[in-house]
Amino acid sequence: MSAKNAALQHHFEDLGQQYESSQLGMWAFLVQEILFFGGLFLGYLVYRSSYPEAFKIGSSLLDVKLGGINTAVLIASSLTMALAVYWAQKGDKKKIILFLTLTLILGSTFLGIKVVEYSHKWHHGLVPGEMFAYSGPLADQVRIFYSFYFAMTGMHALHMIIGAGLIVWLMVKAARGRFTAEYSTPVEMFGLYWHFVDIVWIYLFPLLYLIGRS
Amino acid sequence: MPQHTIPKRIYYIIFGALMFLTAITIWVAFIDLGAFSDVIALGIATTKATLVILYFMHVRYSSKLTWAAVFSGFLFLAILLTITMSDYLTRGWDSLPKPW
Repeated sequence: MSAKNAALQHHFEDLGQQYESSQLGMWAFLVQEILFFGGLFLGYLVYRSSYPEAFKIGSSLLDVKLGGINTAVLIASSLTMALAVYWAQKGDKKKIILFLTLTLILGSTFLGIKVVEYSHKWHHGLVPGEMFAYSGPLADQVRIFYSFYFAMTGMHALHMIIGAGLIVWLMVKAARGRFTAEYSTPVEMFGLYWHFVDIVWIYLFPLLYLIGRS
Repeated sequence: MPQHTIPKRIYYIIFGALMFLTAITIWVAFIDLGAFSDVIALGIATTKATLVILYFMHVRYSSKLTWAAVFSGFLFLAILLTITMSDYLTRGWDSLPKPW
């Protein structure tokens, strides 16, 4: 096989078709993810429309400063990821690894801040279940808000953890020189995943942290 | 190279816009606008999501097939949300006496 075709798998006509197929497949997965998170957002909407006051109370107990910082951290990680894709398309190994490392650091920062927030909620008895200790107004309904808070941010954080693992895998591949200007598809497809996770947070932040602030 | 390379400058501009919109949405959240608060918060979030999808996720430069796939995802999400909420939000609208 000639060097030109090293990245081309035998069942594709050319690199363009191979790339299009990867992109469509990745989007098919992301469409499924949109509807998966969509179910959680729907549950949130149904209960929030039923108990608007309790959701405002629950929201006002969250730390808007930490949530805001995390939003900025995640958007910054999307920028570094976009730049990692940019350098992957140029086939610059060192810069791919540099920007993947920055993305990993920012992603880990997000998760670290999330741990601080979770432990804070734990110590204040805001985790639904046996330990739930909030006894202010509408306690039972505030508990429902916190069920959504932990289910939605927890599922988001799980996606971040999986993403962090995949970044390490991409860094190893990049270090082995697997990505060239001709073939950078895995970095690009992972970029789509990472940006999707960012989009989920773009909606979670106002819906969980910013209601009932005024 | 089969894929479209987007100039770095565009990524920086989008990043700036996303940060700016984040600041705006936090600022607006502390102003009492009644029901409009939600409309503005979701409007800003959707603007941010659209910027991420079009530029960071390259959909603006992608094939029609990719456009169709992305659009179908949000179309079905809209169906899910609209039909379910049109049920929940309209319950109790009728003033008919309950048979039980």
